[in-house]
Amino acid sequence: MDTILDIQNLTVHYRGSPAPAVRGVSFQLGRERLGIVGESGSGKSTVGRAILKLLPSADITADKMQFQDTDLLALPEKRMLEVRGKRISMILQDPKFSLNPIRKVGDQVAEAWRVHMKCSAAEAKAKALQMLSAVAIRDVERVYDLYPHQVSGGMGQRIMIAMMLLTEPELVIADEPTSALDVTVRMQVLSILDGLVRDRGIGLVVISHDLNLVRNFCDRVLIMYAGRVVETLKASELDRAQHPYTRGLLAAQPRIGGPRQPLPVLQRRPEWAEEART
Amino acid sequence: MLTRSRTRGLLRQAGTIAVTLLGLLVLTFAIGRLMPADPVRAIVGEEATQDTYMQVYQELGLDRPLPMQFLMYLRDVLTGDFGTSIRTGQPVLNDILTVMPATLELATLAILIGATLGITLGVIAAVKKDRWQDQVIRVFSLMGHSMPIFWTGMIALLIFYAALGWVGGGGRMEDYFIGLVPEVTNFILIDAALAGEWEVFWSALNHLILPASLLGYSSSAYITRMTRSFMLDQINQEYITTARVKGLSVRQTIWRHAFLNIRVQLVTIVALAYGALLEGAVLIETVFSWPGFGQYLTSNLMIGDMNAVMTCVLLVGVIFIALNLLSDVLYRVFDPRTR
Repeated sequence: MDTILDIQNLTVHYRGSPAPAVRGVSFQLGRERLGIVGESGSGKSTVGRAILKLLPSADITADKMQFQDTDLLALPEKRMLEVRGKRISMILQDPKFSLNPIRKVGDQVAEAWRVHMKCSAAEAKAKALQMLSAVAIRDVERVYDLYPHQVSGGMGQRIMIAMMLLTEPELVIADEPTSALDVTVRMQVLSILDGLVRDRGIGLVVISHDLNLVRNFCDRVLIMYAGRVVETLKASELDRAQHPYTRGLLAAQPRIGGPRQPLPVLQRRPEWAEEART
Repeated sequence: MLTRSRTRGLLRQAGTIAVTLLGLLVLTFAIGRLMPADPVRAIVGEEATQDTYMQVYQELGLDRPLPMQFLMYLRDVLTGDFGTSIRTGQPVLNDILTVMPATLELATLAILIGATLGITLGVIAAVKKDRWQDQVIRVFSLMGHSMPIFWTGMIALLIFYAALGWVGGGGRMEDYFIGLVPEVTNFILIDAALAGEWEVFWSALNHLILPASLLGYSSSAYITRMTRSFMLDQINQEYITTARVKGLSVRQTIWRHAFLNIRVQLVTIVALAYGALLEGAVLIETVFSWPGFGQYLTSNLMIGDMNAVMTCVLLVGVIFIALNLLSDVLYRVFDPRTR
């Protein structure tokens, strides 16, 4: 497999907190779509931000954090600025909060280009307009001049995708990319993201608590519990999960037409968090 | 683009201003009538006969019912007649046109210094929260807030004027320059520049810089604290993460993203601080023998020169209404959500 990202034994410890939020997480990523699933507080978002080294209040340690030819762990902040947004980018959860409320959305997209490329404002704007049409926005000239409060959630998230894919990064981390959206526009946004990622051969990490989304959308799934990866599976084989926590998550999902019985309560055993995983 | 709701908003705002102004006039009128100072006696003097007294009493309209008197006062104010100052014998308006530029010059330079210093330090303190920079700034601004200005004024005069000789002492310029430039606007800096008298200009600036710095330092304390807390609110927002993910450095993120979002709040507090300075900094004006508004108002209060006092209060009120209006306008400029 053509490995883009190789993480070995990643541990993230927020300063002032008694226990690390992420402990000994290891995984490799190729040109594929990897899902990271877990409940709130399991450390899945922290993994995403640790890859970008965007955790000012935490200590990040690992045996290895290799991104292509770049050793992220040893990379000084100044060089990290050239990686962020250009080679690795991240789609955040809710466009209502993740877009700057007082700047035109188009300018915010164009900025992603201008930070990294030496070019005129007009060139960046042209690039941004082109990318906005690529995420299925009509009338891009008009949308470019809108402010975040003037666009819908679905459009906001497509703008976010445009902003983060503009520089053609090799790796994109999508942190709950559709959780804040109405169910009706989720599929649309996901299929746009999927299309762009496939076309460009981008490695994608999808962080989500939605098992079905990850099952349908990803190639492989990491299940996280209490800061650890408890199981790694092919998405198609999710039903054959071995770990009792994963089985518990699957069992806790209601099914249309299923038996009308109370759903089982999810078990959380402390020893699962202590098990060493390979 | 004037939409219907926009026009209605403007009309409502104009209405609010009119009502506020009227309330202000009622207040100044009440001050004139309720203060234990006899305006007639102040004019005619202690020795005057009863006839003279009654004559002036009637000339002033004091024999009429209060609502009538108020309407007369309204008429006078609207026609620009603010009465004569007993102390100076000049129309109050002339007096104010002389003292206000001195205060405006001082307050404007002071707020420029205070806002620049306060905003810069506030942003640094927020970015370096709980680190040594934050602590140093905290102490520095606390000192500015808690040291009495008349004391810092005297100490600063001792150091920078008496000992080091870096700046001019009291007054608006060296004594031998007084009367050298024609008084056009009464802003010494502008008048000197108009007349091309650069020596006077530098002398005036030299006299202005120390009191303005002290006032600026004192008002920067509050601006620093507020900027820090506004900035901290923004730094925790998700759009800041977005900017960082895009590859912006901390500095770029702060100035291109977070700062733009605190401008609206900053406008309000800077405008209020400026208003407080325009009210006249009596203490610093006294220490620096600055012939400004604060001194004028205080000395007229002391002797019960009611026409002057009423006009001064009116002016302070108008200044605050104007600053509020200005910050409302700037809100719309800075925040697209309010348009």
